[in-house]
Amino acid sequence: MKYEPVIGLEVHAELKTKSKIFCSCSASFGGDINTHVCPVCSGMPGSLPVLNKKVVEYAVRMGLATNCDISAVSVMARKNYFYPDLPKAYQISQFDKPLCQNGRVDFEVDGEPKSVRLTRIHIEEDAGKLLHEASADESLIDFNRCGVPLIEMVTEPDIRSSAEAKAFLEHIKTTLSYLDICDCKMEEGSIRCDVNVSVRPEGSREFGTRVEMKNINTFSGAVRAIDYEVSRQTELLFEGGTVEQETRRWDDIKLENYTMRTKEDAQDYRYFPDPDLLPIEVTDEWVESIRESLPELPLSKLRRYIGDYGIPEKDARLIAENKSRADFLDKCEKLGADAKTVTNWLLGDIAKLQNDSGKELEESGLTPAGLCALLELIGSGKISGTAGKKVLGVIFDEGGDPLKIIEKLGLYQMSGQDEIKSIIEAVIKENEKSVADYKKGKQTAFGYLIGQCMKASKGKANPQVVNKLLKEILD
Amino acid sequence: MDLYKYTASELSRMLIKKETSAKEIAESCFKRTDEVEKDVEAYITLNREEALKQAEKADERIKNGSASSPLDGIPLAVKDNMCTEGIKTTCASKILYNFIPPYDATVVKKIKDAGMVITGKANCDEFAMGSSTETSYYKKTKNPHDITRVPGGSSGGSAASVAAGEVPLSVGSDTGGSIRQPSSHCGVVGLKPTYGSVSRYGLIAFASSLDQIGPFSRSIEDAAMLADVIYGHDPLDSTSAPDARIGAGNFAKRLNPDVKGLKIGLPKEYFGLGVSDEVKSAVMNAVSIYEKLGAKVFEISLKLVKYALPVYYIISSAEASSNLARFDGVKYGYRSSDYDGLVDLYVKSRSEGFGKEVQRRVMLGTYVLSSGYYDAYYNKGRLAQRAIKQEFSDAFSDCDLILTPVTPNTAFRFGEKSGDPVQMYVEDICTVSVNIAGIPAIAMPCGKGEGELPVGVQLIGKHFDEQTILNAGLALEKELDLKNWVADVRKA
Repeated sequence: MKYEPVIGLEVHAELKTKSKIFCSCSASFGGDINTHVCPVCSGMPGSLPVLNKKVVEYAVRMGLATNCDISAVSVMARKNYFYPDLPKAYQISQFDKPLCQNGRVDFEVDGEPKSVRLTRIHIEEDAGKLLHEASADESLIDFNRCGVPLIEMVTEPDIRSSAEAKAFLEHIKTTLSYLDICDCKMEEGSIRCDVNVSVRPEGSREFGTRVEMKNINTFSGAVRAIDYEVSRQTELLFEGGTVEQETRRWDDIKLENYTMRTKEDAQDYRYFPDPDLLPIEVTDEWVESIRESLPELPLSKLRRYIGDYGIPEKDARLIAENKSRADFLDKCEKLGADAKTVTNWLLGDIAKLQNDSGKELEESGLTPAGLCALLELIGSGKISGTAGKKVLGVIFDEGGDPLKIIEKLGLYQMSGQDEIKSIIEAVIKENEKSVADYKKGKQTAFGYLIGQCMKASKGKANPQVVNKLLKEILD
Repeated sequence: MDLYKYTASELSRMLIKKETSAKEIAESCFKRTDEVEKDVEAYITLNREEALKQAEKADERIKNGSASSPLDGIPLAVKDNMCTEGIKTTCASKILYNFIPPYDATVVKKIKDAGMVITGKANCDEFAMGSSTETSYYKKTKNPHDITRVPGGSSGGSAASVAAGEVPLSVGSDTGGSIRQPSSHCGVVGLKPTYGSVSRYGLIAFASSLDQIGPFSRSIEDAAMLADVIYGHDPLDSTSAPDARIGAGNFAKRLNPDVKGLKIGLPKEYFGLGVSDEVKSAVMNAVSIYEKLGAKVFEISLKLVKYALPVYYIISSAEASSNLARFDGVKYGYRSSDYDGLVDLYVKSRSEGFGKEVQRRVMLGTYVLSSGYYDAYYNKGRLAQRAIKQEFSDAFSDCDLILTPVTPNTAFRFGEKSGDPVQMYVEDICTVSVNIAGIPAIAMPCGKGEGELPVGVQLIGKHFDEQTILNAGLALEKELDLKNWVADVRKA
């Protein structure tokens, strides 16, 4: 019997609002220990939360981008549990009335369309961080992250393989970055996910017993964790065993997982509506204004690049997945540049410059207008392609006007017919033998003569013009 | 006459006329405290040195003609569940025995901005849970009218300090009657504001959806003046109402004792809740005064009152179980000296740090929120709350205010009810529904019972209609000889 994996994901993303969800402390990552802290986010007695509206707006952006229904009224609820990184001993989250519900994420897995239903997206606060000193018998707490806003996205069990899970996560990451609501820095934990895995005989409509896996910090880690858990469950069933409903912790170094909590010691969080916060009201007008402000999303860009611009799919994907590249391409296209040519430059020389320098596009001196001007100069034959690459390097590092750089470096291409003609005539005089060879039908002699002309012009002559004129003169 | 015997409004006028100084007033109050505090034990922490400094600063302002408010330089005690920057704030609990807040509650800030002089932190039931101030970890506050009796609670220290003349004004908090019941037992005026009128920021929460801070005083005018200081929208409290609704700042100015044509409802159910004859007769005397003054008094029915107490104990305990979870021995306050690992630290710190009544409510609240019981208790409680609110709002379509007793009996003796939690809970039977409905109410003295013990009357108003009950209170006060009732501090 073959078993089929059934996978659901819970993805947490930190929102990049300036301030925290319930106070005015900075929500930025890092900072000295316990410096982004006030009575509210450190859970001092008597302090009260005030909801940051930006958090609602950001979550609604994600909700709209994933085809969710936006709740006109949603409710913040307290999730009660004791842990030292949670200073109030409850997390303010959402429970039975989340902000966004009934969504759908459309993406592609190896070129095939795939759809995963989103149960909900809700907003909540992050917890602090425990600092364990290896030597000491006590731990310290950094509350800087307490109250940093999160969205939690919960899928239906619609995912059927680790590859699908990875493609889903990549798509969510790209979307978050397009919406400009999350830093998407995995190493800073700005996206985290829990995975629910069960297996069932292929063709069965019943679900198997589900295991939740925690502590997954990278997308590739998610793939490893899922593959491990699927084979663990499959082997268990083959051997006639049963899967226990439990929470297991993934260890991405040992590449195995182990039991954290069984069903019996599952916590009762005693959710109830937070009496310190009023229900969140989101008007239709607000939703519409957020919808209007949404940027074009990656899948739509991908389809446009392939369909409208004729960019090869593989290249189109490399552009669409990267928001700054896509924005760059779109701007160049608006300025009248050929999208395919821009794509080639973006994925070729510009990508190489980025790799070598470690710079993001927007950190470089290159602008869409700069690239378009450069392409124009190359296209019109004012400079050669080789010279163009030199200019690109300078602009990338220092910025500047391509015309001025060309002048400064003396890279103009010689295209004037008379100028080139006189060079050709001089070359013909000095190379009578080659001319004679060519006239006898020896084609290599023609190439040699062109090379001599280019040499005589110190490489500045436009090779196409040289080619054309030389032929005219000799024939 | 000693300055401590004056009301705040009298003292305010004397200060303006330069007949006395804030320093003299503060000194007189502290002198009175030195005399009676060993019997009354109203304070957990005295703030004498800082208070005298503040009084001198107030005198400077008054001298320069730049008084911050009509109550500039007037002393006041603060219940020990409101955060005061730099002054220990214990909630009368062992678990916060060493907690010094790094910030002021909004109400404390407003009090300071008004130039008022904070004399100290008043005793109360632990985390405001109780009706006698007996659950305080630190001391038992006595009723100044008979020190063998309780002052009521939970704001017993706030009420007793005002009744004993230790201070002309204080602030307390009211979750189910914690301002009005001790006011009644101590013969002072106490106002429980409309929910959302006074900021809860910095009030250490018991039950967030019911808690309100309010004034204690020995006259209606004083209560109105202090309300003018502490009322108002606070952007730090999401449940705070907009200023346009609260109508803050003008209560004292708009006081008017004319009750002609005022429609007063007497809910018959409130007079059947085990209310004693002495309380009934004092309250009915108030009724006859209103009738004499031209008010229209008639019987109404509030059938759901019998559900108010259970609803209150479900909702308040549920919220308390969550609100008090942060006292875990990790960050501040009491931590057990002997524990083995994290869970043991939690269990021991909380078991040793919280008193029995707090533990009882935390357990009750945890139970009603547990999965499988949530719908049967908490959800049902919220539904009943909605019904009670609706019943009050229907009743107010026929009347301008509702008049009831505050407590079924006068102040009881120490230990009389502390052995039986349910008997203690019944103390709140006339007051809790007001919190459930979120509406304002005043308790004020309306007579004397056996042993000259104070009897109070409760005037309940519509949402944000404090002015009507203050006006009606003023009318009654003028007809009775119970204004500015400073107790002798004695054994009856």
